[in-house]
Amino acid sequence: MTTRLATGGRLLDRGRSVSFTFNGKRLSGVEGDTLASALLANGQMLMGRSFKYHRPRGVVASGAEEPNALMNLGSGGRFEPNQRATTQELFDGLEAASQNHWPSLEFDIGAVNSHVSRFLPAGFYYKTFMAPRPAWKHVFEPFIRQSAGLGRAPKERDADVYEHAYLHVDVLVVGGGVAGLTAARAGGLSGASVLLVEQTGHWGGRAPVDGAEIDGQGAEDWIASAVTELEAMPNVRLQTRTMGAGVYDHGYALVYERLTDHLSDKTGPRHRLWKIRARHIVTATGAIERPLSFAANDLPGVMLASAVRDYVVNYGVSPGDRTVVVTNNDDAYRTALALKEAGLEVPAILDARLEATGALPEAARAAGIRVLTGRGIAKVKGRRAVEGVAICAQAGEGAVLEEIKCDAVAMSGGWSPVVHLWSHCGGKLNWDDAGAFFRPDPSRAPTGADGTAFVTVAGTANGHLLTAEAIADAHEAGKAAAKAAGHTATRKAAPKATSEVEAPMAPVWMMPQGAGAALRQKMWLDYQNDVKVSDVQLAAREGFESVEHTKRYTTLGMATDQGKLSNINGLAILAGSLNAAIPQVGTTTFRPPYTPISMGAIAGEARGELFQPLRRTPLHDWHEANGAVWEPVGAWRRPYTYRKPGEATEDAVAREITATRASLGLLDASTLGKILVKGPDAGRFLDMLYTNMMSSLAIGKCRYGLMCSENGFLMDDGVVARLSDDAFLCHTTTGGADRIHAHMEEWLQTEWWDWKVYTANLTEQYAQIAVVGPNARKVLDKLGGMDVSKETLPFMAWADGALAGHAVRVFRISFSGELSFEVAVKANEGRALWDKLLDAGAEFGATPYGTEGLHVLRAEKGFIMIGDETDGTVIPQDLGLGWAISKKKDDYIGKRAQERSHMTDPARWKLVGLETVDGTVLPDGAYAVGDGVNENGQRVTQGRVTSTYYSPTLARGIAMGLVLDGPDRMGEVIDFASLDGTGTVVKTKIVDPVFFDKAGEKQNV
Amino acid sequence: MSDAVSVLLGARVDGPVTVEDAGLCGMIVLRGDLSSPAFKAACTEILGAGVPEALGSTVAGDRAVLWMSTDEVLVLAPFAEASALTASLAEALEGTHHLVADVSDARAVLRLTGGALRETLARLTPADVAPASFPPGMVRRTRLAQSAAAIRMVSDNEAEVYCFRSVARYVMDILANAAQGRPLGLF
Amino acid sequence: MLILTCPCCGVAADETELAPGGEAHLKRFGPGSSEDAFEGYLFLRQNPRGVHFERWRHAYGCGKWFHAARSTTTMEVFGTYSAQVTEPPPEITAKIAAAGKPTA
Repeated sequence: MTTRLATGGRLLDRGRSVSFTFNGKRLSGVEGDTLASALLANGQMLMGRSFKYHRPRGVVASGAEEPNALMNLGSGGRFEPNQRATTQELFDGLEAASQNHWPSLEFDIGAVNSHVSRFLPAGFYYKTFMAPRPAWKHVFEPFIRQSAGLGRAPKERDADVYEHAYLHVDVLVVGGGVAGLTAARAGGLSGASVLLVEQTGHWGGRAPVDGAEIDGQGAEDWIASAVTELEAMPNVRLQTRTMGAGVYDHGYALVYERLTDHLSDKTGPRHRLWKIRARHIVTATGAIERPLSFAANDLPGVMLASAVRDYVVNYGVSPGDRTVVVTNNDDAYRTALALKEAGLEVPAILDARLEATGALPEAARAAGIRVLTGRGIAKVKGRRAVEGVAICAQAGEGAVLEEIKCDAVAMSGGWSPVVHLWSHCGGKLNWDDAGAFFRPDPSRAPTGADGTAFVTVAGTANGHLLTAEAIADAHEAGKAAAKAAGHTATRKAAPKATSEVEAPMAPVWMMPQGAGAALRQKMWLDYQNDVKVSDVQLAAREGFESVEHTKRYTTLGMATDQGKLSNINGLAILAGSLNAAIPQVGTTTFRPPYTPISMGAIAGEARGELFQPLRRTPLHDWHEANGAVWEPVGAWRRPYTYRKPGEATEDAVAREITATRASLGLLDASTLGKILVKGPDAGRFLDMLYTNMMSSLAIGKCRYGLMCSENGFLMDDGVVARLSDDAFLCHTTTGGADRIHAHMEEWLQTEWWDWKVYTANLTEQYAQIAVVGPNARKVLDKLGGMDVSKETLPFMAWADGALAGHAVRVFRISFSGELSFEVAVKANEGRALWDKLLDAGAEFGATPYGTEGLHVLRAEKGFIMIGDETDGTVIPQDLGLGWAISKKKDDYIGKRAQERSHMTDPARWKLVGLETVDGTVLPDGAYAVGDGVNENGQRVTQGRVTSTYYSPTLARGIAMGLVLDGPDRMGEVIDFASLDGTGTVVKTKIVDPVFFDKAGEKQNV
Repeated sequence: MSDAVSVLLGARVDGPVTVEDAGLCGMIVLRGDLSSPAFKAACTEILGAGVPEALGSTVAGDRAVLWMSTDEVLVLAPFAEASALTASLAEALEGTHHLVADVSDARAVLRLTGGALRETLARLTPADVAPASFPPGMVRRTRLAQSAAAIRMVSDNEAEVYCFRSVARYVMDILANAAQGRPLGLF
Repeated sequence: MLILTCPCCGVAADETELAPGGEAHLKRFGPGSSEDAFEGYLFLRQNPRGVHFERWRHAYGCGKWFHAARSTTTMEVFGTYSAQVTEPPPEITAKIAAAGKPTA
């Protein structure tokens, strides 16, 4: 039974009790507790269930590496699953619940999986759920989804806010242990700007628990003075509860700050994601202790030796009355001594090594602890908690020599430097035989823009497990980082630490080394994903020899902890199975983030109204106030139609079209791109850009033009107006303005840089209002100020002038087939002119229409729309637009491509109009089917629908489409497959794409 | 024109850093050979402010010239003067290869005031906005969250942000949101 | 997340302020060119494992295109230079050669 000790707990403020709930039960802890330490203090060792077998699991670790103690935290808008109890600081009102069990943590029906575990080996899913295929969807997946998975996904909108911040520094130091403090100090003293981040709420890392003497001070005193010294440096910034999440190219780092996770008061941003640009990065990220692989090493009560020590020293928590320590190194003896000092029993230290004669083992012996060398654990006894251990010879096969009663086991398989951040951006590792771990290879560092290393690893993370070495290393790392950032390294001396001499560890990958199958099936490597020694060995036997393959086959290291405890042990087992050396097997790839970060932090402010920029026209507010149904067009919001109260959307569209054809419609066309192209070579340039001739356009006139990519495909269209001898205004599609402007600049800057042409994107300078319909001229005349008569302003001409006192430019162009004027006015006056048009147009029933009306009006006239009739594979020749392709020009962008054999193939599908025989509306995107099947066994197709609408003008469905030999098949009835899955076809007649006013009489008035 | 209204209609959010619509502002895009005598003369004689160095700005009374690119500056002037200035500049540059256009209506100008304005910007832009990297007078075209914008550091307590009018609301909102953040203790 | 210094305005721009433009120094083939030449221009790219001459646009800045010589494996940048040249300037090729990198 775990419990709170009467004294001790260096991080606790025992005077302040904190109340929290676990699975609905009210419990109390102490200020300074983590959720894990508070649960242990309340006797709650059982904290979760494993992923696959639902085995009962207790906490194993005391920090970020914890695989088992995952919790649902909070409720409602603050509910979050899969949070580690070991990194969650306790606060008043914290709500925690265990997960992955049903009906309760204590009794879980899914635990039956454990009894059939021999039938659920590595690759079980891959082997079992292959066939029959329909069973996956209807049987296997629903079952697996119900029984597997960790916490549940939150259902409510996140109640918290998040933010981003950018910071440019000379040196980023990740890790606030004694090495990180030392490196930051050296960097700061050298004059570099330094950001030092520490993932926990405390400075100093493990040193205060493990003990160290630095500059003649105890660890805690030295840390306090180092922090004071750093805080006094104006060029050094310190942040706790801030994790170095990832390192990327050219000194970019993501740093994750948790601001309110430890507080009852949740006001303000919860997380802040820092986007750091550092000239150099020092990672002083310490090391993580490895478990040992012995049978039943996953029973609640089996913990890392360092974690046991942390709970005793930091939190005043007893892991049990009697703790057996099992180790292959000297460091774990510190745990035995700490337990003894706290007044707890250590019945034995089992040391796998044949002798243990260093200072720490001697101290343990002197403290009266029984030390057994050459021994290991054959099996942990107990069903849901540790009840004892069976001891065996490490060299043997597991014959039990002795059983010892105990209620906790502290294990240590040695330490692995945390090399994640070094590896994120390509830093390579070397295997260290003495320490049995991977350590950074400084000769193969991540390199930056200048080709030199931009990450330096310091201290324990660099493989220096002894304090004196770690500190000396970190001081040099801090100096080197400052130097790399352009500063002169400080000449001040490094802090001096003394270290106890430790005897070499001995690698132990299996305990005992000759364990048989029965024991191996109970040795857990990856606790969270339930991967055992036997699974990795099976994978190796089945041919998964690459570590990356074994990882995916067994799921080793693929859980939320990303194998922080299991990777090296699993690797060693794989290497053993393959009779290969560990460095030959290699590691899996370390990827950011170091531990999971919240989705909210990634999104930052980009949610709700700020999710993405919405582009609004100068008339946006009017649209919004008048029933606009919005249609996103690129980032723009355009009115699809304006619904009157009680009106259906399709009725509104029909009303707008009818009113426009009959009298007067108004369209907000402000989104159309307007690019000014000016210079002596402007005409020549536009001749290259457009398929037709623009240089011959007369001043005062407009011409419709097509623009193709160099690949020959139609990419944009619009009307070009010639403003003066050397200036043109090019209209683009709504979505095309920025793209086409960039396209122009690209050709001007990178191909024809000697041509004298300037461009300017004037799209947003103007509100553009299309005044459309038989009464269009009347309403403009009524506003007064300029002559827009047929004689003065004929079709495809433009003129500058004034309307109702506003300076305007009027283009007589039409995308509807009606008499139509597009009036451009300064954007800041757009709303005023719009209001005046509505006012003056009232007597004509002026009707604003939206994009759907625009579409139907143009389709009735057979005008193509970029994005409907084109999809990046269509050339102008497909669309019957040959008249807009100059035959005189030697060259234009896309001309060469259009000469390719596939582009000139007569069998390309071509544009036609389509009318269903029964007058209904063709389904959008439907295919015309032919006879027989193709080589893939699919029905032969001979065309497709590109635009389809109900035309209120013609009171029937009309459509446009691309059809094989279409223009030669006028009047033929072909079959379009319906999209409703019935296999029926819609009989459709091929017709001219101009459905309405073929002679163009309406616009030429 | 009396009917003209600025896109943000005078919006203003107060706080440690105040974010406000700077109102109608005359803006003229001017492209040409920045080093040519004609271009320099046009700026000095018509605007009173010389051609700025790269990433810089020059100011003369209520007019300013902001460096935008190797062949482009943005002229700031009172809104009412923009049309006439555009015409004068075009006239002065007649015969040289140039482009001049009134873009007063195409963009919005937002003003940030307050000692912490650099922190507000640091929440939104990847540009280094520390005083040493971004001194008063400097103009930096960059990204504010998901929108393009230009920032001019007018003084240590004042900056102006120029963005396209269609995204003015978004830029206003992200700036106001960032301005209300807790102090970061940077700079 | 690269940082490239725009040679036009001098800003050390963040990758998110830039727009990539693919391989540099392509020669355009227009009407009259052979199928092979046109294919090479339109589709075939070096895609080297090593130094890549590439085009970038300072899209969120001065708007100018420029060239960069960058190693695709180490991200080392040997320099950025004008977009208005048809081959890398000698000081950049010298720097690449000095680093012992091939410039295929």
